[in-house]
Amino acid sequence: MKNSKKIGAVMVVGGGIAGIQASLDLAEQGYLVYLIEYSPSIGGTMGQLEKTFPTLDCSMCILSPKLVEAERHSSIKIIANASIESVNGTAGNFKVNILKRPRYVDEELCNACGNCVDYCPVNISDTFNEGLAQVKCLHIPFPQAVPSSYLIDPLHCLYILKNECRQCEQACKLKAINLNQKEERIELEVGAVILTPGLDEFNAGRKTEYGYGEYANVITSIEFERIQNASGPFQGHIVRMSDGKHPKKLAFIQCVGSRDLSSNSYCSSVCCTYAIKESIIAKEHDPELDITIFFMDIRTQGKGFESFFERGKKEFGIHFVRSRISSVCQDPQTKDLILNYAAEDGSHHSDRFDLVVLSVGLEPTKTAQELAQAASIKLNQFGFCKTHEFMPTQTSRDGIFVAGAFQSPKDIPESVMQASGSAALASGVLSDVRGTLVEEKEHVPERDVTGEDPRIGVFVCHCGVNIAGVADVSQIREYAAGLDNVVFAQQSMYACSRDSQEKIIEIIKEHSLNRVVVAACTPRTHEPLFQETIREAGLNRCLYEMANIRDYCTWVHAKAPEAATEKSKDLVRMAVAKARLLTPLKEEIIPVERRGLVIGGGLSGMTAALALANQGFECVLLEKEKELGGNLKHLFFTLNKNNPQNLLAEIKDKVLNHSLITVCADAKVKQVKGYVGNFDTIIVSEQKTSQISHGVIIIATGAMELQPDEYLYGKHEKVFTQQKLGEAIATGSLHQSDFKNVLMIQCVGSRTPERPYCSKICCGAAIKNALKIKQLNPLANIYIFYKDIRTYGFNEDFYREARNAGVVFIRYDDMHKPLITEESGELQAVVFDPVIGENILIRPSLLALSAAVVPGENETISQLLKVPLNAEGFFLEAHAKLRPVDFATDGIFVCGLAHSPKTIDESISQALSAAARAAIPLAKGVVMAEPIVSCVDKEKCFGCGICEYLCPYGSIKVEEETGTDLKAHTITASCKGCGVCAARCPRMAITMGRFTREQINAQIDAYAANW
Amino acid sequence: MSKWQPNIITFLCNWCTYGAADMAGVSRLEYPPYIRIIRVPCSGRISPKFILAAFREGADGVWISGCHPGDCHYIEGNYYGRRKFALMKSLLEHTGIEPGRLHFSWISSAEATKFADVAWDVCKSVEALGPSTKMVRQRAAQISQNLIS
Repeated sequence: MKNSKKIGAVMVVGGGIAGIQASLDLAEQGYLVYLIEYSPSIGGTMGQLEKTFPTLDCSMCILSPKLVEAERHSSIKIIANASIESVNGTAGNFKVNILKRPRYVDEELCNACGNCVDYCPVNISDTFNEGLAQVKCLHIPFPQAVPSSYLIDPLHCLYILKNECRQCEQACKLKAINLNQKEERIELEVGAVILTPGLDEFNAGRKTEYGYGEYANVITSIEFERIQNASGPFQGHIVRMSDGKHPKKLAFIQCVGSRDLSSNSYCSSVCCTYAIKESIIAKEHDPELDITIFFMDIRTQGKGFESFFERGKKEFGIHFVRSRISSVCQDPQTKDLILNYAAEDGSHHSDRFDLVVLSVGLEPTKTAQELAQAASIKLNQFGFCKTHEFMPTQTSRDGIFVAGAFQSPKDIPESVMQASGSAALASGVLSDVRGTLVEEKEHVPERDVTGEDPRIGVFVCHCGVNIAGVADVSQIREYAAGLDNVVFAQQSMYACSRDSQEKIIEIIKEHSLNRVVVAACTPRTHEPLFQETIREAGLNRCLYEMANIRDYCTWVHAKAPEAATEKSKDLVRMAVAKARLLTPLKEEIIPVERRGLVIGGGLSGMTAALALANQGFECVLLEKEKELGGNLKHLFFTLNKNNPQNLLAEIKDKVLNHSLITVCADAKVKQVKGYVGNFDTIIVSEQKTSQISHGVIIIATGAMELQPDEYLYGKHEKVFTQQKLGEAIATGSLHQSDFKNVLMIQCVGSRTPERPYCSKICCGAAIKNALKIKQLNPLANIYIFYKDIRTYGFNEDFYREARNAGVVFIRYDDMHKPLITEESGELQAVVFDPVIGENILIRPSLLALSAAVVPGENETISQLLKVPLNAEGFFLEAHAKLRPVDFATDGIFVCGLAHSPKTIDESISQALSAAARAAIPLAKGVVMAEPIVSCVDKEKCFGCGICEYLCPYGSIKVEEETGTDLKAHTITASCKGCGVCAARCPRMAITMGRFTREQINAQIDAYAANW
Repeated sequence: MSKWQPNIITFLCNWCTYGAADMAGVSRLEYPPYIRIIRVPCSGRISPKFILAAFREGADGVWISGCHPGDCHYIEGNYYGRRKFALMKSLLEHTGIEPGRLHFSWISSAEATKFADVAWDVCKSVEALGPSTKMVRQRAAQISQNLIS
């Protein structure tokens, strides 16, 4: 393939959180992105969730800004209600055929006012609410949907079915309804494809023994998410389906459609934590609620999940019962549900519950098969996308990548990481044609308004009936027109509609307006749109102010229309008062040093460096040891029976021979100065000090296996850690006799009061070594003492394989830790077996400890770079869900074990992800600083330094200026505009763009003017 | 003559409570119509001077709300806000302004119901105190006028 034929566009198939993230990363890097979504709106499963674990963020609240960002991005074309039919060509140059189904509403024209809905006579089941509510046949999937356009369900529309009705056509003032829309076929050329079609929940009706669909009060976990949601079918009140009563006693049944040979043998990875999350939310609503979770193993292996589990137990009093529920019975009178089960101690119980929630597993999306055929990629035995352990985001076809739950069942951060990771790979294929298909929007020159008296234009929006149905818009407009400096006031049906926007531009020019106030909805969603509009009219974006007379007024004071009108007038007066004082602010453009620094030369660091280099950027890779490789050097086989040494040799070779990568071994960071785009770092490598300039930093400092101080480790030669055991097996330094009686102890140093987190990899490592030993000596007796076996995802099959091979798994808890002693040189173990309820004696020929993963020298790096660590000593990312590799500080990223314990494939995904995120400023070549930054008046500043001390971003520095005293100055590139400095400055020497003291005071005064 | 209604100035951080107030709108949760909201980037942006200015201009109550501890969009701005607020409150009390006139809360962008509930609480608490008399500029002018004459 010649480079000239490569196409600088990428297609992302599936608009859930993974697809959105991949699209945004690629678009930000300068690729044209087609985001194809099967359903009528992007958002995916995440949009349906009530909250996200373990931080309990409101799911829609953190997702919807991403939806808006994707919708607004000039390089992202969203094609919803569509699927791909075929992918022809090769990496770099594909032709994709798309089928776009009709939605019968013109997306371009519809402004989602919703006036049409009342006219539609047909009610249908609301799929977004899992069928627990009804919507009109003419509906919007959910309020924040993107494209924000209504649609008509053709299966129920009276006109489409019977040629009747057509009421909606009359109702739509914008003529957006087109009942004759036909399906469209589109051919698009792209250089790479990323598949992110997501998941479907397991159909609980398949497990008939639980009575789902038959017993009203048996519901699924996703239904429970909707029930708990404040905007869900019951406004967030938990009710029983049979009688609408609030339940008092609730049970969760885990592993419905997971870890079950009659449905799916794999573990769905997320259900334990989401069940805990749903329980905690329920308990927050009603602390009296009695909740029991019936489980086999609690698998809270992710970052921060274990303490979440502990909180659920201790703080919220959720009961956890280790028991596989075989069936659910219903009391026909009360519709209560009865669970008969055996507890771990063998005792039998029969318990009555008001409501039973089935924790349904994740399955590949129903369209997976179809998609695999269209894209000519292979699926694995479970119907998920087939990938290799060492290439987790690469499908079986070159140039086609995968991310999210289509690759394996996974949670949001893992999906987001894979999404960015696949973006890095797509960008690696297309780096030489980056930017060829996206056009930099040309801006009309900004009109200089300095010296002009304020000429304010006020636009009052009706928002259909949303505002005008309550407040008197004409009165508000008249009132606005009478305010000082207001030279123009107008009302419009929809200020945000395309034609209104064009009118606003004309009016600004015609009346030489130099400030604009829009009285409409919330600036949180609409400010960027209007700012863009006034910018097109030649005004600086910051000459804009908004009065929120809908969300803050007519929507909440519908019963007091006069008060709402008066309040609207106040809000307009306050906005105008602020607008008078608005000044144009410069968006600073800071050039970026197009070079990356990767700290840490283990698997993650090498992967990240290589991915950065493959995307066309120079990169310096720092390794503290003499040799690259990190922990990978000590791994010789994986659970999936792959050889990490091959991976190591291959990646090392690529790194060492890549022309864009400079490796500094035996090196460490001495000092870091600067900010995103312009870091200057002093490093010491092989005792030589040098300085490098770079634009981004990726932290990949890894972690290590704990050296236990218990169980005779280091005191008896037959006591190993799992890593050392793996190494000893691989190098052949053990004898057959050592394998006679092998005892393994899990959670050594993990899930303890001292180290409360789960080390995630040890269950897999123990089973890996156990299977290897069984392979070498089938007669070996292997006992694994565990708290919970956490072979999440497809690794569940290896757990089963180990049990089938005769490995004995015995539970222990902190009250009954194995007692290891030495008697005349031989190991002796006294352990409690909870099944027989007695101590047993084992004489192990070999003892393997599944030792915790502990952070390395993160503290030093954390201090040098001023990025935070969590309580456990791992780096703390900017956001646990949606920014898993970023820091709050721009330009610094984290991946691999430095972030949290994780497996090889997860490390690779995360390293690629960090490389994709880091490549954004490098690809752009500039960093745009938001104009809302602080600004120091040098005359007033007396250099006290309180601002420097308080700034959360290290963005204000107090330095001696030539010939003068100490003065503070803002580093515009990294200032985020919180205003902490401005609020604290004793000399009032600091102002905050768009939120100046004068402006806020003017708002206060304007409000007071009417008292 | 209708019942006396207080004037309450509210400062909301853009990222959390402003969002909650939006959500309260989306969810059509009613609250008293006499609070006026001023948007600020972060509760840490609130200088005590804004609170003083509000009271000086005659506000009967001031309410500041930001992100929950640990949730601040700007890492720790809400802690600074909170610290200043605590100091401010005791200072104001010292000058004779009733503590019930100044309120502070943490409300995330998801907590529409909490927003409406707190709005009611703030309004009730201020309403119970009646019109503000301390520190108000107009009154000060009046008093000094009286002193002179």
